Amino acid sequence: MHSFPRWKTWLILTVLVVSLMGALPNLMTPPTWWPTSLSKPMNLGLDLKGGIHLVLEVDVDKAVSHGVEGDIDTARQALRKEKIRYSKLAAEGNILSIAIKNSDDLAAAEKILTEAFGGNYMLAPAADKLFTLTLKESMAEETRKLAVDQAIEVIRGRIDALGTTEPVIIKQGKQRILIQIPGFEDSARAKQLIGRTAQLQFKLVDEKGDLDKALSGQLPNGDIIMYGPEQSRNGQTYRQPYLLKKRTELSGSEIADARVSIDSRFNEYAVTLKFNSKGARKFDKLTTAHVGERFAIILEDTVTSAPVIRERIAGGSAQITGSFTPEEAHDLAIVLRAGALPAPVMVVEERSIGPSLGQDSIDQGVNSIIFGSILVLIFMGIYYRMFGLVANLALVFNMLLILAAMSIIGGTLTLPGMAGIVLTIGMAVDANVLIFERIREELRLGKTPLAAIDGGYDKALSTIVDANITTLIAAIVLFQFGSGPVKGFAITLSVGILASMFTAITVTRGIVALSTAKRGRIEKLSI
Amino acid sequence: MQLIRSDLHFDFIGKRKIAMVISAVMLLASLGTLAVKGLNFGIDFTGGTLVEVKFDKAPAISDVRDAISPKGYGNAVIQEFGAPEEILIRVQNRDDENSSTISTAILDGLSEAFTADAIEMRRVEFVGPQVGEELTQAGIMAVLVAMLAILIYVTFRFEFRFALGADAALLHDITIVLGLFALTGKEFTLPVIAALLTVIGYSLNDTIVVFDRIRENMAANRKRKTPDNEVSVVNGSINLTLSRTLMTSITTLLVVLALFFMGGEVIHDFAFALIAGILVGTYSSIYVASPVMLSLEGKFKGDEDEIKEMEARP
Repeated sequence: MHSFPRWKTWLILTVLVVSLMGALPNLMTPPTWWPTSLSKPMNLGLDLKGGIHLVLEVDVDKAVSHGVEGDIDTARQALRKEKIRYSKLAAEGNILSIAIKNSDDLAAAEKILTEAFGGNYMLAPAADKLFTLTLKESMAEETRKLAVDQAIEVIRGRIDALGTTEPVIIKQGKQRILIQIPGFEDSARAKQLIGRTAQLQFKLVDEKGDLDKALSGQLPNGDIIMYGPEQSRNGQTYRQPYLLKKRTELSGSEIADARVSIDSRFNEYAVTLKFNSKGARKFDKLTTAHVGERFAIILEDTVTSAPVIRERIAGGSAQITGSFTPEEAHDLAIVLRAGALPAPVMVVEERSIGPSLGQDSIDQGVNSIIFGSILVLIFMGIYYRMFGLVANLALVFNMLLILAAMSIIGGTLTLPGMAGIVLTIGMAVDANVLIFERIREELRLGKTPLAAIDGGYDKALSTIVDANITTLIAAIVLFQFGSGPVKGFAITLSVGILASMFTAITVTRGIVALSTAKRGRIEKLSI
Repeated sequence: MQLIRSDLHFDFIGKRKIAMVISAVMLLASLGTLAVKGLNFGIDFTGGTLVEVKFDKAPAISDVRDAISPKGYGNAVIQEFGAPEEILIRVQNRDDENSSTISTAILDGLSEAFTADAIEMRRVEFVGPQVGEELTQAGIMAVLVAMLAILIYVTFRFEFRFALGADAALLHDITIVLGLFALTGKEFTLPVIAALLTVIGYSLNDTIVVFDRIRENMAANRKRKTPDNEVSVVNGSINLTLSRTLMTSITTLLVVLALFFMGGEVIHDFAFALIAGILVGTYSSIYVASPVMLSLEGKFKGDEDEIKEMEARP
């Protein structure tokens, strides 16, 4: 028999020790001197831990058109400053169109617009006194990217306010955000909290305008109609219309803080806002100039209330009321504090798991692993006797190695991942079956036991490698194209295959070599 | 202990005509069922909402339907899931709803009708229409890429006709497993795709072991003074690897059966696909891969050069 090289013995021992150390954190908290790279337990997937899993899609094109709408103000101011009169200022998608009143002003307008927008827009030549400014694609792309990044930040703020541990919020692809909140089970509340844009606006009510006329189509210039929340009266639902000035006086971005409070008049839950210094100044000016008029507080395109300005408000705070439940008020305060989403988001995928299902899955997965292993161990022991026991030792080593490897590389164990481990048990012994069958064959051909062992191992090797590589190819493809839990399956399967090549070939060989080394002539193998 | 006595010698290849008929019948039956009945695609691919709820005591399906009807989901698919207390509710996406509000409405309806304490949310899944489409594409791509990658690898390691034999066996296995899914009406989900890819890997694993032996024996055969014909070399190789083929199938089946019976409802169909795949994969590695490979003998130019090159390899 070939001698078993000393370095391989050391390799096996080293791997064994590292595996034992790497697997330990899954069973108990390791002592403080434990190497940090070996101190992590395996991550459990959300399907085992329970929790909320959402994939959001950010409507990035909305962010772009919002930005373009915002530039209307810039254009207006620039033109006014030069006293250039315009007949139309409009934004649609990524195009800003500006119509100039007098053709004498065209040259000046072009100069001003180029100055103000030349960097970001492409200015089309004036045709019929109309300028069209198209947002440059690179700028639009930048806006889209920024919208997703900002949305992530805002959502992180909202989720952190829930006080859950280790939420995952990451960008997925170009315009999607993956959110995982382990241990949180109120999927409806999470979606409500994460999904709302929380766009807050303050607009003045047009007290002079005629609401009825506006409703019949004669909308005064510079006004818009917005509606209050759905209410039911006499069994019918209706929404109160308001005639508002189009211009937004203050917005959610000027809020420094938002807290739940009690509205003293009706003894209701409310949210008290504190403006930042810029917002407070604006609010001060607004209330000074419009005493006796109403201003509307608009949350997500719905007028929540339109109180009358009784006197100048200098303190920089305002209150939002709207018959909130305590939880609604609490969540509203959270979203206002965290800020508005730069663009609407939409849930495109959800996979949330209740805590009891997660625990059941763990139990069932562990049971299948244990039960499956026991069946295989018994079967191998009966069928291959001593060699079967050697293979069994290798199998236990293999399990340990998978556990350690998953912990060290920070892999995530999912329910399909557990199935992958179960499957690995079945396939790990395959290498040993190949070797042992070959040894039996060599014995039948009349070789001596030791020569048969050598022949068995040598001849089975290329088969084992070929067979495992093909399975590995399938596992890698699965990892590339799979998502979430399925990826977990691909990981454990790959780790298991690699681990089994080591344990089934090198480790069993080592054990066989050690046990035959000192016995001199061997007449018969227990195989 | 031995499963197969070493002096037994089955004439597998001689029976290939019979096997071909059996395979053809199974394939036609599978394709027919797939065409007529089709697969019961889960929400992973169709898009939709799935809500699994555990009740404190087994409810009547009709009561569950009554509870969610006022919310507008009276036409949902409602079924028991593993235990009578566990109910699975499935709703298709509607055109005007592409956010996951359906699950909230369903859970609200249930807690209004049964009280909030009587029900427990076990699982909520929502797949938007676009994501469903993406997952379908990714699934199809995964199976195709896996088959192509394997074709390349086997061509590289063996000969082209071996690769075609292996891929024929794979197609055979996948078609029959899919046919079984269509026949039983089991839900076709993402994990089942994972199981299919595993079946690909497994079936191939079996085939490769046989092919490896065929290659080894063919090389030895050519060096003999009076070489046997290819058919008997192939048959001999299948016989030599037979006990290994069966042993591995048994050990793998043992663990997959453990999964099937103990792994819980969520993993049930996944394990079913694996069991079917292992059985069919074992059959195909004997009766499909090698016969197809044999029937392609001499069909490809350059085979002779390749063989010489192959023999030079270790």
